[in-house]
Amino acid sequence: MSETATRAPEKSGGIRDLRKLFAGGGRQYGILGALVVIVVFFQWQTGGKTLDPINLINLINGNAYVLVLAIGMVMVIVAGHIDLSVGSVAAFVGIVVAQVMKALSFPGLPDGLAATLTVFIGIIVGLIIGALVGAWQGWWVAYVGVPAFIVTLAGMLLFRGANQFVGNSTSIPVPQEFKFIGGGFLLDFGPDFGFSNPTLILGLLVAIAVIWQERRSRVAQRKMGGDVAPLWVSIVRLVIVLAVVVGATILFATGRVGTSFPIAGIILGVLVLGYSFLTNNTTIGRHIFAVGGNWRAAELSGVNIRRVNFFVMANMSVIAALAGMIWIARSAASGPGDGVGWELDAISAVFIGGAAVSGGIGTVAGSIIGGLVIAVLNNGLQLLSVGADRVQMIKGLVLLIAVGVDVYSKRQGRPSIIGLLTRRRGGDLAPLDPGKAPAGTQTPTPSAGGAEETVRPPDQQPER
Amino acid sequence: MELAGASEPTILEMRSITKEFPGVKALDDVSLTVRAGEIHAICGENGAGKSTLMKVLSGVYPYGSYTGDIVYQGSTVRFRDIRQSETAGIVIIHQELALIPLLSITENIFLGNEPTRHGVIDWVAAKRMAWELLARVGLSDNPDTLIKDIGVGKQQLVEIAKALHKSVKLLILDEPTAALNESDSQHLLDLLRGLKGRGITSIMISHKLNEIEAIADEITIIRDGKTIETLNVKDDGVDEDRIIRGMVGRTLETRFPPRTGEIGEVLFEVKNWNVRHPMINDRMVVKNSSFTVRRGEVVGFAGLMGAGRTELAMSIFGHSYGTFLSGTLLKDGKEIKVNTVGDAINNGIAYVSEDRKALGLNLLDDIKRSIVSAKLSKISKASVVSKVDEYQASETFRKSLRIKTPTVYEGVNKLSGGNQQKVVLAKWMFTDPDILILDEPTRGIDVGAKTEIYGIIRDLAAQGKGVIMISSELPELLGVSDRIYTIFEGAITNEISAEQADPETLMKSMTSTEKRAPKL
Repeated sequence: MSETATRAPEKSGGIRDLRKLFAGGGRQYGILGALVVIVVFFQWQTGGKTLDPINLINLINGNAYVLVLAIGMVMVIVAGHIDLSVGSVAAFVGIVVAQVMKALSFPGLPDGLAATLTVFIGIIVGLIIGALVGAWQGWWVAYVGVPAFIVTLAGMLLFRGANQFVGNSTSIPVPQEFKFIGGGFLLDFGPDFGFSNPTLILGLLVAIAVIWQERRSRVAQRKMGGDVAPLWVSIVRLVIVLAVVVGATILFATGRVGTSFPIAGIILGVLVLGYSFLTNNTTIGRHIFAVGGNWRAAELSGVNIRRVNFFVMANMSVIAALAGMIWIARSAASGPGDGVGWELDAISAVFIGGAAVSGGIGTVAGSIIGGLVIAVLNNGLQLLSVGADRVQMIKGLVLLIAVGVDVYSKRQGRPSIIGLLTRRRGGDLAPLDPGKAPAGTQTPTPSAGGAEETVRPPDQQPER
Repeated sequence: MELAGASEPTILEMRSITKEFPGVKALDDVSLTVRAGEIHAICGENGAGKSTLMKVLSGVYPYGSYTGDIVYQGSTVRFRDIRQSETAGIVIIHQELALIPLLSITENIFLGNEPTRHGVIDWVAAKRMAWELLARVGLSDNPDTLIKDIGVGKQQLVEIAKALHKSVKLLILDEPTAALNESDSQHLLDLLRGLKGRGITSIMISHKLNEIEAIADEITIIRDGKTIETLNVKDDGVDEDRIIRGMVGRTLETRFPPRTGEIGEVLFEVKNWNVRHPMINDRMVVKNSSFTVRRGEVVGFAGLMGAGRTELAMSIFGHSYGTFLSGTLLKDGKEIKVNTVGDAINNGIAYVSEDRKALGLNLLDDIKRSIVSAKLSKISKASVVSKVDEYQASETFRKSLRIKTPTVYEGVNKLSGGNQQKVVLAKWMFTDPDILILDEPTRGIDVGAKTEIYGIIRDLAAQGKGVIMISSELPELLGVSDRIYTIFEGAITNEISAEQADPETLMKSMTSTEKRAPKL
């Protein structure tokens, strides 16, 4: 068979190009579509209260901790583990940080400096405790070989108890200055146009980054043999994304005076970018997917499995520590009931975001979108004054249906309802780097010579 | 059905079966006629549609999902699931055995068909019947033995016993000997002949053409989803070359590439290697083994399954198997320390596993990520992977190894066995090894791809690398290697140059003494 004949020729034009709008991210775009539908639905039902600046700020501040947890959790789940202890670890770190900051005093220093120092030390202590807890759990999982389910179930009890032990089962307030990371805003400056200036600048930076990224991916596609989508596809995609960025910027910039895009949201954004890069572009990221996909093959490829397992578990606890601190900063105190049930919210977010229960598949971006689906549902239902009882029932069903549709569509070898947007043969082994893999290559045309023998539909695969 | 004009009545006729998957016609107007009491082989390259045809027959693909008729024992049948076909006496034994490792032989045989008294399982009766069934397949093990504790050869027999319990009339075996060593295979083939004597018809899918030639009465060849021909082994004077011609549509003149290139000085040396079983303390799996590999040389390792070939190879590859006791490795005359897989890779040793799905590949990955996965450092700076380098490296291998795929973005799970094997080879060639250990490099792949893999192996040797090839197929060892070691019960028993070796000599050294009766 000749060299060229093995390549499925890409017809250009029409629908095929349109699909390139949603190149690569299959499942993620599906769930993103679901998110948009939910937002629009609540916007309509609440008479515009959902996309109100104050509500949006609340939404982000109130859910930042779950979204942060979801970032760590997706890595744990991709590696084939689970972490049930994150809520307890967050609560334990929270109470220790609150205690430490309460105990600290710097008599000689001016008030402002002393407060800054207190907050700084508090955060460092929190991260260190998170790392120690993570090392403890990671050691049991990676080096002793106890399943993460058991280790973190134990951790869930252990650190819940430790929280109550340290805090004497009472609430401990945190200093005013600490609230910045959980409920704070960027300081406004410059002339007053009726907008929050730092938010505008932030929006501008994001817009530039989006354009730069699109250009970069076109250059990379050209080098990587993917057929580059026509320019208009890139432009349309940019217009859609930029419209969202501009819309969000204006919303966040027109809130109450003194508010801006929340600090917790910025922390979240930085983490999302950092961990997306880590999982997609670094060797440790590759190793996490390798271990989750087939740990024995990974081991025989020279991957240090123990180190990978240790890293994901330790990292999860550090992230839980961060989530705990964001939480106590927002609620202004650390209490014995903090973090109850967080692990379940984080795990739900990851699975709604398309991760595989058996490991090896999942993305940071997908998990964040999954987390936002839950957050918007929570928020919208509250705005509609639906009781907590019914909210829980709805959330449970959403999780079940999202994963059920995914499983069903994989088994049928058909794209899911939401996946129809990005219809491809072969279920959903979505490339793990959205937007990077060229489109179309996922849908080889069967008419091309050779494609029939090598690319078989999933239900023709021998059953394993 | 009446006598179909031929010597024996037809038990099964599949007429114009067409099965389509979205975008692909897997079976295109395939017909198959099987006579009662014969052994009918189905041959074809991987992906030709053999397994699909058997799945249509056994109801895995239910009636309605294909077109065409199945006439079984004189009447048209429309199976909606496996249970219905089993009730009719058609039992399929898949390549991957469907036994439950932690249940006993008895429990497995009667799984789903438990004999009951008053609604309670009658274990006494079950065990008595199990003894009888095992006797019929020539197995003398206690039926209380757990499946995990018996070898794969015996497991295959348990599968057949299970089929006998279902009063099988038509037994379908998908690659029954793929995982078996020669003596186990022989036993299985004898058993099939015995079943034939008792009137049980068998359909057998196999890549091992010598076995087919030896055992089949008729052979149907399928290529690209179409029936090519049905041969009668006796009347048509069928031999292996004749079958291959039908399968590939051309004659393969040379199945083995010529040995080119010079054999140089000693590149790699293993001295007094000793390895203990990972669980059982008093069991040695590799005993005091020493061997050498020269530059440009392909060294074959012959041994029965369980002889310790894989164990030796994996132990050399960074102590990946068992408990390492003692032994030294020398590369270019200097001792090297290889305690982890990472050490092995850094010292230029590569190991291509015999089980590419379980140990060789992450089936969730795409081709390009798989190819670079064993040496990411080569395409990364400060731990950041360059995706452009990754694409270019994998694209180079796609071309040079002729991996049949539209692009390297395709998932490896979508490739055929031969192309998956090429991806695994590419993955290890990417690590720039000096020594490649290939464990059963052609297992379960079709004839055309095998020839290509042999070519790749000889090329590697011609580039001055040392290649160690472990194989259960003696013709392949004799055809590809320069020198062959035989291994038996963990010890190296012989060293023969390929020119002097013949299957008989090798087999003798692989079983230590001539007198040793082939055991299961």
